[in-house]
Parts: sequence; structure tokens; C-alpha cells
Amino acid sequence: MSAKTPSRLEKILDSGQLAVTSECGPPRGSDPETITKKAEMIKDHVDAINITDNQTSVTRLSSLASCIHLKLMGLEPTLQMVVRDRNRIALQSDILGAASFDIHNILCLSGDHQVFGDSSQGQNVFDLDSMQLIQTVRLMRDEGKFLGGDDIKRPPQMFVGAAANPFADPFEIRVPRLAKKIAAGVEFIQTQCIYNLDKFELWMKQARDRGLHEKVYILAGVTPLRSAGMAKYMKNRVPGMDVPDEVVKRMAGVPKENQPEEGINICVETIQRLKECEGVRGFHIMAIEWEEKVPEIVERSGLYPRLKD
Amino acid sequence: MRLRYPDTIRIIRVPCTGKVDLIHILRAFEKGADGVYVVGCMEGDCRFDNGNLRARKRVEQAQAILDKVGVGGERVKMFNLSSGEGPRFVEYAVEMTEKMEEMGPNPIKIAMQKAA
Amino acid sequence: MIVADKKPIEEIIDMVKGYQKILIAGCNECVTVCEAGGKKEVGVLASALRMYFMNEGEKIEVDEITLERQCDHEYLEEIRNSIDQYDAVVSLACGVGVQFMAEKYFGTPVYPGVNTCFMGVTEERGVWSERCQGCGQCILGKTAGICPISRCAKRLLNGPCGGSTQGKCEISKDLDCAWQLIIDRLKELDRLDEYEEIAPIKDWSTERAGGPRKVVREDVRQ
Repeated sequence: MSAKTPSRLEKILDSGQLAVTSECGPPRGSDPETITKKAEMIKDHVDAINITDNQTSVTRLSSLASCIHLKLMGLEPTLQMVVRDRNRIALQSDILGAASFDIHNILCLSGDHQVFGDSSQGQNVFDLDSMQLIQTVRLMRDEGKFLGGDDIKRPPQMFVGAAANPFADPFEIRVPRLAKKIAAGVEFIQTQCIYNLDKFELWMKQARDRGLHEKVYILAGVTPLRSAGMAKYMKNRVPGMDVPDEVVKRMAGVPKENQPEEGINICVETIQRLKECEGVRGFHIMAIEWEEKVPEIVERSGLYPRLKD
Repeated sequence: MRLRYPDTIRIIRVPCTGKVDLIHILRAFEKGADGVYVVGCMEGDCRFDNGNLRARKRVEQAQAILDKVGVGGERVKMFNLSSGEGPRFVEYAVEMTEKMEEMGPNPIKIAMQKAA
Repeated sequence: MIVADKKPIEEIIDMVKGYQKILIAGCNECVTVCEAGGKKEVGVLASALRMYFMNEGEKIEVDEITLERQCDHEYLEEIRNSIDQYDAVVSLACGVGVQFMAEKYFGTPVYPGVNTCFMGVTEERGVWSERCQGCGQCILGKTAGICPISRCAKRLLNGPCGGSTQGKCEISKDLDCAWQLIIDRLKELDRLDEYEEIAPIKDWSTERAGGPRKVVREDVRQ
């Protein structure tokens, strides 16, 4: 696979190195400093920074605007785009908006249902699904065309990503679903955060059996646990999340003030183990509201320094 | 058994309380009845399996409606007994009568009398 | 059938306050089956309204009728000769019937007595659930007879999403994940390999998005 876009993330993955990405959640207000400060904290330790898109359906400063702020800082943003809130006109329009600022990474997502957030009485859109959004970005980039068929002046040059969740049900189609996204045109994958390493490695094995690891760059998602309470919450209350009992026990087995450190230990150990997993081409560290720990995680995992160009 | 029960009660016999529909209960109140009660077999013993369970549900619906229209849901009630329990039948009759005396006449009846 | 649910009586009372003579009009079809607006429900509502207004000391005459349907001219014509005596009609038909009645009897206020909900099935008495949203281009042949548009909360044509848990939708444990159902059935029909076919972007112009819809059949028009 050779780089098709000016994306820095693509270049690093292409070179065979392990990539490191992380994410920032925008504020519930219009102060860009929240984003720029978080980005400052992690910028030397990651290759690209995802900006979430109204995550959990809670209205926030838009992902696109936040990505522009990062771009203006000279950083490499990844635009997360959900299909819950925008029809095909708005999706294509925002893609062009991002491209006009030379934002080169996009993550195509379904989006959590609005019932979870602050607007449960609102409409949702789902004009396209995430699979079709992947196809759309590829169409816009590779053929320079809108969905309607007209030509695009200065087509977007975006490196196309999507999410994968090896822990959602039904397990038996999770690898076929990965294959489907690859067929739709996805180029990199960020997985849901991993606590159940056995299950993840099983999913990777099935993906390798089909040769999928050579058709897409898979970045393993990790999230450091801050407390036993957080582990329990994620285990029981977050759909599509798999937190094994041993992990909860391990967190609970440590005094409260030491739990954050233990969570980081688990995170680092996960990364170390998965470095050995064939097909894992990098790591996506999701430490929402705990971004200050990302540098430590990256360093202790032996992934520092990052390549500077 | 020839036991006595209050003479202000009109008995309407049905083959099973499952035959009693919501509208029958409501119409009685519309026409001025102070109270309506439904006496069915013990739950689990209904010869038609669940007629008395349906009756109970309909009584509950009637209670909700009567509360909303200002008549009062307590004027309708469901009782269960087995056919041999004469004394219990009297007990229920007395209970309903006393309750209705306590609640006073159906406001619909009063309104009808006023309009006349 | 079209599934509807009774409006709370307080709402209906509010609608008819002040009228002297009203007609409660039920429908013998869908709303009868889902026990929201048939003859029985008409009777109950009429009785309740009479009692309420009598209690309030207000005079009101409440008549009852149940028409075969309220979505065909012929059946609505049945009240042509009697409609003018009423100040208002409360129609317990679905939204379709309420509107058709209002169109036909232009000078008579017509109020809805039920909330029209969806096209669905009777799972068991007292439980009705949605099956169809009338997208206008049925894809059930491709999805093993289960509709992802009406049964997936995100109407994903290439589902499931990452929130599907133990066969249930992320938004509620009581809701089956439509894609789990589709996958189960594809397996049963030995067609699981079809799962990897990418469903194309949908043409929503035949759905609500394209504007109010019409079906015209020239071959049967007179």
C-alpha cells in the first residue's frame, strides 16, 4: 500500500512504523482554547489527533471547526464524522470544508443514537450509513465526483478510516464486517478500546486468516482506566464494551488512590502485548478528559519519540 | 342459605364475570348508580380459565376512567369468592354498601336530578 | 395494520369543551384491531364524556357511530345526512380517517381521538410493534424478510453498528437488534455470505423526504 494522500498518518503507516493516534473531545462551548490546550499536551507524542463528533449525542463544538483549529496550530487532525446528524449534502459539504483546510484524515462513523445525549427529542438523519460514507469519500477523492455525479473542483485528498468493534455482537460477523468496510474502501481502522485481549487476538487471527491485515491498517484502541468504578461502569453500562472480570478485579484490588496508576499500567501492558500481534499497525489512545496521561503512556510503551518531518 | 344482605343492591347475574364489559360498568354510573361491584370466582378457579381475570382488568380500567371524570374510582370494585361462600357474599355486599354511604351519592345522579 | 393508541381523555375533554352536540366516530378496521378506536372504544369514550360534562353541570349531547372505514368516500358518505346537526366530530380513526372526514365535511370541526403510531403487527393481545415505515422501495428480499429501515433505530442498511449487545439494540434492552435478526435469518436460510454485499445508498425520494406521496394506477382509473 503506497500513500495516496498528503496525510501524515498515512505516510507513517506506509513506512511500516507503528503509528500512534489519540483523541480530544471538544468543549460544550465556543472557547477553542480547550481544544488547543489539550492538543498542546499530546502533540509531540502522537502522529494524528482525532476530534470526536458530538460524541454520545451530546452537543459540542463541531469536529470540523476543532480540526481547523488544530490545523492552524500546524498539527495533524483526524475528522470524525457521524452520519446521525447530516444528510448527504451536508456530509459532502463538510468533507469539502475540511479539505479546504487541507485536513487529510477522516473517520467514518454511524454515531451513537441521540437518545443517549442532550437531544433525545430531536430527529436523526441516517441518510447514509457509515459504510456508504466510506464509499462516498473514496468517490469524491478518487473520481473527483459528487454523489450526484457532478465533478468536484479540487477533490478532497483524504485518508479514509472507520471504526471496528471486535467486542460487539454478533461476534461471528465482526470480521466479515471488517471485510465489508475494506470492500467499501476503508484504509485504516481504529478499534474500540481493548480490555479483553484474548477476544481481540482471536478477532485479529480471523482477520489475518482472510488476509485483511494486509488490506487495511489496523490501529488497536486503548483507554486507560481511572478507577474500579470506571471499569465497572464501562463493563455494565456501555453498549459494545467488553471489560473482563479480571480487569475489574485488578483495579478494585488496589487502594483507591493507586487505581489511576494501575489503570495506566494495564494500558501500557496492553500496548506492549499487542505490539507483538501481527497485523496491529499502531495504537489509538483514547483518554478523554485525561489527555495529560497520553505522553506517559506513549513513553512507557516504548513508542516515543514520534517521527518528526 | 337465606342470609340477608342490604336491599339497596341490584344483582345482575352473568354466566361468568368475563361477560362483564367496561361499557356495562360505565353505563351503570351514567344512569346514576352509586356503586358497582363485580363478584367473580376465585382466581385460578374460573371455569372458563381467565374470565375473572379479564373482569379484574376491566374494573381497573373503569376505576381509572371514573377518577378522571369526577365520579370516583372507588365506586367500582372487584371481589372474588367461591360459589359456596354465602357469608362472604354478604360481607362484600355490606362492605360496598357502607363504602357508598360513606362516599355519598353519585354526583351524576345529583346532576341529573338538578337538570330535571 | 395501522396501529394507534388512545389519546388521554383529558386531551379529548379539552378539545370538545364548549360544544353542545358532538359525534364520536369510530372505525371498524385497524383501530378496532388495536383496540383504540372501534365500536367498544367509541362507547366507552362517549360514556366517559357524558359523565364528565354532567358532573361539570354542562349540557352536551354525545352521539356514537362506527363506520366501516374512514378512508374511502363511500363509507364517509353514510353520515352526509346527519353531520350538520353536530358542532364537532371526534374521530377515533387513524390520522388518515380524521383528515378524510375533515376534507369531506369542510365546515365541521373534526378532532383526533387517537394518536396514530405506525404500521405494525399484533405480537400478542395488547402488544403491537412497528414493522414498516413505507419507504416506497421494499428491500425485504435482500434482508431475509426483516426490515432494517423500520426495525433498526439507525436505519442502517449495512448494519449492525458497534452498539449491538446480545441481540438487543443499544437504545433499549427491549428492542431487538434488527441486524441480529437479519443475520440469524440469513444463517437459517443458508445465505450468510450475502451479508458481505454492500447495500447501496438508498433513494429516499419515495419516502417522506420526497414530499407527500401518491400512487396512481392508470390501469384501474375510471
